[in-house]
Amino acid sequence: MNETTADISARKAWMGLMAKAPAARVGALLDGACARPDFKWLRPPEVGSVMVRGRAGGTGAPFNLGEMTVTRCALRLASGEVGHAYIQGRSKADAEAAALIDALMQTGQAATLQTAVLDVLAADRAALTKVRAEKAAATKVDFFTMVRGED
Amino acid sequence: MYVAVKGGERAIENAHAWLAEERRGDPSVPELTIAQIREQLSLSVNRVMAEGSLYDPDLAALAIKQARGDLIEAVFLIRAYRTTLPRFGASAPVATADMACDRRVSATFKDVPGGQVLGPTFDYTHRLLDFKLAAEGETPPAPQREADPAPVPHVTGFLNQEGLIEEAPHDDTPPPDLTREPLKMPADRSLRLQALSRADEGFTLGLAYSTQRGYGRNHAFVGELRIGTVPVEMEIPELGFAIEIGEVTLTECETVNQFTGSKTEPPQFTRGYGLVFGQTERKAISMALVDRALRWEELGEDDTGAPAQDAEFVLYHADNIQATGFLEHIKLPHYVDFQSELELVRKLRRDVQSTQTKEAAE
Amino acid sequence: MNTQVLDGGFADPAPQAARAFRAVMEAMARPGTIHCLSGATPPAPLSVAAAVAILTLCDTDTPVYLAGDMDTPDVRAWIAFHTGAPFSGPATCAFALGRWDDLAPLSAYPIGSADYPDRSATLIVAVDALENSSQNLQGPGIQNTARLSLPEIPAFQANHAHFPCGLDFLFTCDDRIAGLPRSTEVS
Repeated sequence: MNETTADISARKAWMGLMAKAPAARVGALLDGACARPDFKWLRPPEVGSVMVRGRAGGTGAPFNLGEMTVTRCALRLASGEVGHAYIQGRSKADAEAAALIDALMQTGQAATLQTAVLDVLAADRAALTKVRAEKAAATKVDFFTMVRGED
Repeated sequence: MYVAVKGGERAIENAHAWLAEERRGDPSVPELTIAQIREQLSLSVNRVMAEGSLYDPDLAALAIKQARGDLIEAVFLIRAYRTTLPRFGASAPVATADMACDRRVSATFKDVPGGQVLGPTFDYTHRLLDFKLAAEGETPPAPQREADPAPVPHVTGFLNQEGLIEEAPHDDTPPPDLTREPLKMPADRSLRLQALSRADEGFTLGLAYSTQRGYGRNHAFVGELRIGTVPVEMEIPELGFAIEIGEVTLTECETVNQFTGSKTEPPQFTRGYGLVFGQTERKAISMALVDRALRWEELGEDDTGAPAQDAEFVLYHADNIQATGFLEHIKLPHYVDFQSELELVRKLRRDVQSTQTKEAAE
Repeated sequence: MNTQVLDGGFADPAPQAARAFRAVMEAMARPGTIHCLSGATPPAPLSVAAAVAILTLCDTDTPVYLAGDMDTPDVRAWIAFHTGAPFSGPATCAFALGRWDDLAPLSAYPIGSADYPDRSATLIVAVDALENSSQNLQGPGIQNTARLSLPEIPAFQANHAHFPCGLDFLFTCDDRIAGLPRSTEVS
């Protein structure tokens, strides 16, 4: 598969969305959109960890902060497309659903899944992020100067 | 003398059964769910994730339930589980400048771009017990206000513009990992930061407090404290590009420390850094103070002999699982060792007595 | 990427890796015994036995050196996908893979130190024949003597002289594997 830059950035976007989706959400949306296709495992789902890194002072040399749980898998559809998933947490079912969608997004069903799954996930996420940001904004301090001392 | 003994299986089994029953407590009281612990004891969950060094709120909640709320025991369970996981790789360093902040305050600059955002803090509560919580009731939703979607820049960036604060230059050296190679001295800053991030909160707090009271004083101000979520991105070899594999809540603290200059550095502000999983601000501030204290050598400061300046002392005693493992093992059977101690004391006493008898006779 | 290299890993990793680990451990613990491995279909020129050993023993913490004609893009991609192991030169590798002549000289590999004799390389050697014949083996794990067809003698005697440091060897031919740890005397 020779992916163009645009293909890659689209694929990065959907894989990232599914990695951060709430438990069982991706599978439920997939089942609402279409029947699951036949596939063969290239790598059955496995739970593991990724070492999360930070940078000293936020911008300096990297250091190991601690690990997070990640589940990954890879599969090939009967029609040949290969789907990969790396998702946060320990749900093998969620990883399977994410890999199926990753593969199906390379088929003629891409437009359907974009609307029925990915756009929904993006909207869910945007709504959650907005509420949190607005609650934070409500705790922003509005200063007003009472007296400015001269000494 | 060596006494081989066997036994205790039934006692141990029964102890486990009673432990399980005590953990459950009075069965007429409803059992806690993992979701309840995750949602309502979230700061305990955060502490277990930070010191267990594994970000997974459900697992941390399970560990807290199993450990009957003993957080160090819960950290122990998480550390043990962590060792069973295959490591898929390491993430790209998280970009905390792009954090979606729930809280962001600076103690040094009132008018920072992005403002002082208090977030869900205990800071201005009155620390009076709220007896309303003893009864069940609905919590009203928190107020909302229109938000600026732009990322909130780091406060230290402003001091950087004037050249008044030491820089943290970009660097991509792969860091050492104390979960793979045993901690060895001297430890560079990236190894120290890893050890401090998973260090015991109480120990780190005590050390940080000691620097404030004068043991290795470094005049720290909280330049910035921020709490929020950042995406975690990792390069996936089979794809040939990096993707986001999740997101984590982090607390980041950057201290600005007064520094009058040394043989090698001009007078300027220096920095201490804390970065910890979850909403864990006491720990992050403590980490930043201790990080700064440990930097005395690279900044050309004097070693005042303060505990917080002694990397070996700090790093070899900061891990509560190592500490509790060694400490608690002394209550386990040491019959053999102690038998020889007993023999030794008896012999010494016999020797002393016989000398005294001899002296008295002379 | 040639997505064919994504095929051929363990279908059921936990039990397959456990069985393979047992076989590799037996091979190493009883030098001269030959064991069968199965469960992987690797790209050529990787043999089934070498591939299963790699799936079982390698991960992101074990740098792998591919010697000679073993170093092909498909072999690299297959090992990277199925184990996550990074690739390195001989001096920093934990495992090396290749034909005997391609792996030489043995002085290029880490043999561990007195403090950490385990920080040494294991060489997975592809051979054309693997039989209980030719060279005599003696040492831990061997009741009296055992026999194994080895590519030569002096190199293994020199390696044994480093004990407790030294290299360990796995010989692979199709789906068969035999071990030769540093503790074994070869004559």
